[in-house]
This record gives sequence, C-alpha cells and structure tokens, in this order.
Amino acid sequence: MTASPSLSRPSPTRRAPGALRSRATLVLAVGGLLLIAVLALLAPVLVPYPEHATGATDTAQALRPPSAAHWFGTDELGRDVFSRVLCGARIGPVVAVLVVAVSLLVGTAIGLIAGYFGGWIDEVLMRLTDVFLAVPALLLALALTTVLAPGPAGLTVALAVTWWPWYARLVRGEAASVTGRAYIEACRALGLGHRRILLRHVLPNASTPLLVQASTDVGGVLLVASGLSFLGLGPQAPTPDWGLMVEQSQNYFTTHWWLGTFPGLAIMVVAALCFLLGDALRDRLDPRHIPRT
Amino acid sequence: MRAGNGRGMPVLCYAARRAGLSLLVALGVVVLTYLIARVVPSDPAGVWAGPRATAAERARVRAELGLDRPVHEQIVSYVAGVWHGDWGVSVRTHRPVRSDLFGLLPNTLQMVLAGLVVGLMVGVPAGLAAARWHGRFPDGLVRFGALLGASMPVFWLALLLQMFFASRLGLLPIAGSHDRTVLAAHPVTGVTGLPLLDAVLTGNGAAATSLLSHLILPALVVATYPAAVITRLVRASVMDALGETHIQMVRSLGFPERAVLGRFALRLAWNPVLQLSALVFGYSLVNTFLVEAVFNYPGLGRYAADAVKALDVPAVLGVTLLVALLYLAANLAVDLAQAALDPRIRLR
Repeated sequence: MTASPSLSRPSPTRRAPGALRSRATLVLAVGGLLLIAVLALLAPVLVPYPEHATGATDTAQALRPPSAAHWFGTDELGRDVFSRVLCGARIGPVVAVLVVAVSLLVGTAIGLIAGYFGGWIDEVLMRLTDVFLAVPALLLALALTTVLAPGPAGLTVALAVTWWPWYARLVRGEAASVTGRAYIEACRALGLGHRRILLRHVLPNASTPLLVQASTDVGGVLLVASGLSFLGLGPQAPTPDWGLMVEQSQNYFTTHWWLGTFPGLAIMVVAALCFLLGDALRDRLDPRHIPRT
Repeated sequence: MRAGNGRGMPVLCYAARRAGLSLLVALGVVVLTYLIARVVPSDPAGVWAGPRATAAERARVRAELGLDRPVHEQIVSYVAGVWHGDWGVSVRTHRPVRSDLFGLLPNTLQMVLAGLVVGLMVGVPAGLAAARWHGRFPDGLVRFGALLGASMPVFWLALLLQMFFASRLGLLPIAGSHDRTVLAAHPVTGVTGLPLLDAVLTGNGAAATSLLSHLILPALVVATYPAAVITRLVRASVMDALGETHIQMVRSLGFPERAVLGRFALRLAWNPVLQLSALVFGYSLVNTFLVEAVFNYPGLGRYAADAVKALDVPAVLGVTLLVALLYLAANLAVDLAQAALDPRIRLR
C-alpha cells in the first residue's frame, strides 16, 4: 500500500522521521514473516532430517549438543532439533492463522449485524459476546479441548470459539458509529439491500482496525495455542509442535538446554514479528493514529 | 458500556446497573460451561463410581448426581446450589469443589497480585523513561524489551528461569510453594488469607522467607506480560499527554522535565493503565495455569489441569466460574473506580 502523507496526518514535520522508522519496521515484519512462510512451505525439502519430524528416531545420536551436523543438537530420541523446529512452522503458525481467519469471519458477521440493526438484536448479541469475553481464552479453550479430540483440528476449533468476540466487539463499535450517518441513510433510500450496505458501505470502515488487530492476534493466538499444546491438549507426539517440544524437553532441560530453547525461541520470534506487523500497520494505515517514535 | 442516558446518574445507580450486568454475564458463563461440559463424551457417574462398578450402581450414582434429569433442570439446580454455596462435589477428589477451590485460590491470587505489582513497578518507570527520551537509545531499549516481554511464551520463560536460577545456580527453590518443615514449625495465621502477606503482617520471618523464595520466580514470570503491556501503554499515554496544551503550558512555566512528566503527564496515563490492569489481571490469572505447571505450584491452574485430564466436570465448571467471577469483579471494580474518579464516564 502506498502512503498518502498529506491526507493522513496534520503536521508533516512531526511525521517525517516516524514514517521512515515505521516503514523499516513494516519491511522487517513483512520480510521476516514471508521468510518464515517460505521456510515452512519448503521445510520437508530443506531440512537435513525430514523423517525426524514424522516419527523416525535415531537413538544412537541421542542428546548431542549443537554441532555442524545438528545445528540445534538432537533430542532424547536422537532426532535433529533443527529439522523438527523448522517443520514445526507448519503447525503452530498455521493453527494461529486459521483461528484468526475463522474468528474474523464469525466475529465480523456478528458485529456487523449487532451494530447495524441495533435494538434488541444488538443487546442479545453483545451480551452473548460479553459472556464469552468473561472467560479468558486459555481457560475456555482448555475446557473445549477436552470435549474435542486433542490435535491441531480440535485446537483450532477451541481457539476460534474463544477468539471471535474480540472482532465482534470491534466491528460492532465501528458499525454502530456509521449506521446513523447520512450516507448510509442515502444507501437505504436508494433501495440497496442490507447485505450490500453492510458489506460495501459499513464494513470498509472497520477494515483498518480489523487488519491491525488480526495481525497482532496471530501472535497472541500462537502463544495461547502453544500454551495449550504445552499442557498436552494440542497436537500429540511425534508431531513437532513447538509447545509440545518445550513440554517434552522438561525432564532434560537442566542438562540439555538446546532441547527446549530453540522451539521456544521460534514461538517468540514469530509472535514478535506479528506484533511488529500490527504496530507498523497501525502507524501507516490508521489516519487517527500518530506514529509514536 | 452504555450507562443509560439519564442526566446526572448517581454513582450508586451506575454501580447497581454494572453489578447487575456482571451477574447476568456470570449466569451466562455458567450456562456456557455447563453446555460445554455436557458435550463431553464422558460418564461422570462412571468416574465417580469407579471402574469396577456394576451398571446398577452406576445408574444409582447417576440419579444421585442428578445426571438423569434434563440439562436445563441441571443448570437451574447447579446455579441454585452455587447461590447457596454448594459448588458440587469433585468427581476426582470426592471433596466439595468449593472448599478445594477456595483452599487453592490464595496461592494463585498472591502469584497474580505479586506479578501485577512487579509489572507496574517495572512498566510505569520504563514507559516514562521511553517517553522522556523518545526516539533515542533508552526508548529503543525499552521498546525492544517490551516487545520481547509480550511475545515470550510464559511456560518457556518459566523453564528458562527455573533452569538457570534454581538448577544451575541453586539460588532459589525449584518447585512448590513453601518448605513443609518451615511452615510446620512456624504456622501462618490468617488475616488476609494470602499466605505471604499474612506471614509478613504477623512478623513470621521464617515462613515469610520460605514463601517468598518460592514465589519469586513464578511471580517474575507472571509479571513479564503485564510489565510489557503497561510499559507500552504508559509510553503512549505520556507521549499523547505531552502534546496537550496544558502540559506545554506547564513546561513553558519552567517546571523541570521530571515534574512535567511525573506529575502532570503521568496523571493522564493512570486511567488507561487502570483499565488495562483488569484485562491483564484476567490474562495473568490464566497464565498462572502454565506457570504452576512448570513450578509444580499448588494453585487453581494445577487443579484445573488435573480436573481436565480426569474429566472432572464439577471441578472444571467450578474453576471456570471462579475465574470468570474474579475477572468480572476486577472489571467491575475498575469501572466503579473510574466512575468515581471521572464523572464523564457515569454521565455518558
């Protein structure tokens, strides 16, 4: 997206150095995430021991520290930690993106309807949202993952059920604030259908905060999903999920630091890049927000 | 949240409305968790009666636990029970869920509160420093630190700290909440219910040392996220405030920069920080689940994890409800504090 400096901010002198830095942040975040996406996509081809991500073991090589042959060392079953961490990029982050996508769809629909129609529909939908928001995501997902079969699919569903209310509330606020405006009334007077008005004229108002929120949330969901995985409620062994790998390293961690350190680092890097992306997008896209640098 | 359109709505009226709404939401939480729990393809009666129970025994237990009645009747009787202080009986421990939960709550609560206090003590000065020198080295350092703090998986940080400070250096205990022998010799008598605070208040030095040394690492881990988000918020609010005309006036009057930031600009940050604290409280409350798992700390989190694994429905329901109630109470308290301090909120 190209910047429109004269439109978006009041004082050009104030934003000049800020814009430069926010652009650098954006490049860093997008570049880093793209790199990780490519690595995830090509992981089975790139890694030296792809079979170690799918269940093969090599006990003769167990618990070796990082070396030229095994960049991140090997685990208690002799599996190459580097291969497993890289293949793990195909699990946690994918779950996170799916959760955010599903929550975004459901939350946007509910928020649009609540904000646009108002009245008792709004009241009922928002109280329902409040109920979901009153139970912290990890706890509700904890309860839900016991119902669903443990694994990436169950994890995705459980987290999506807990995450949509944030988008519903955000979109509802934006929708309610524009619904009374003259241009929406003009749309109605022209005889446009509700669906067209909602999607073409109300929703675009919420697209910037939604985009910012969604990119930040991919990081947040990854952290919660890894936590559930750490508690044993996510993908099961031998899946190279990062949270699960940290959990499995617990017994060896004091003497073999590399087992848990690298998967945890991977979670942190991806989450940090997502947060950076959210910040950078807000700085660039939100005209009401002055970049703080 | 909208607070009606009556002009000059008194604080009490606003408080009553907010409390009523919170109760309604709590009721919704019960229904929600009950519905989730009912979908579990498990047989609480079977868990209760044990693996060798006959079909007849199971049916008897089923009737005893009220599991043969329709779901809405079960919910009504559950809510009525909770209202009268009966949270059901744990299928796993065979003890009342309420006494199980309230026995463990102080441990978890003191971990979260300690974490929040540390978070505030780190976050407010760090945010101020970043705003003071924004765009320069201290700002960059603080921002980088806040980014790391927000994106660090808590369970991983807990393991790292445990490995380094407890196992390698042997400075602090590895796990648990206290030394059993110390607390047996110096029993803690309750005033507030929070063990560490009680030990300090009653001058019980030995017990306080034992409790504190076990609490330091978990509390530091819990504090990371609050510290990071509070830093960001304080920095942003103070920088916004610096653009306000009254702050520029204070500055032009010749107040030292310290006073401009600490006395005038920081004041505008307290409201958002207060609001964020409620949110962070809820988040940290659940983060303790992971931290307790690492440090083997007896609290709600470990209880919940065990309950989930044992498909102990009354216990899972109880934890969910308790956490939701605590979270709602924190939000309510913050809302009321803000309404009391800022008339614009209750008049809106």
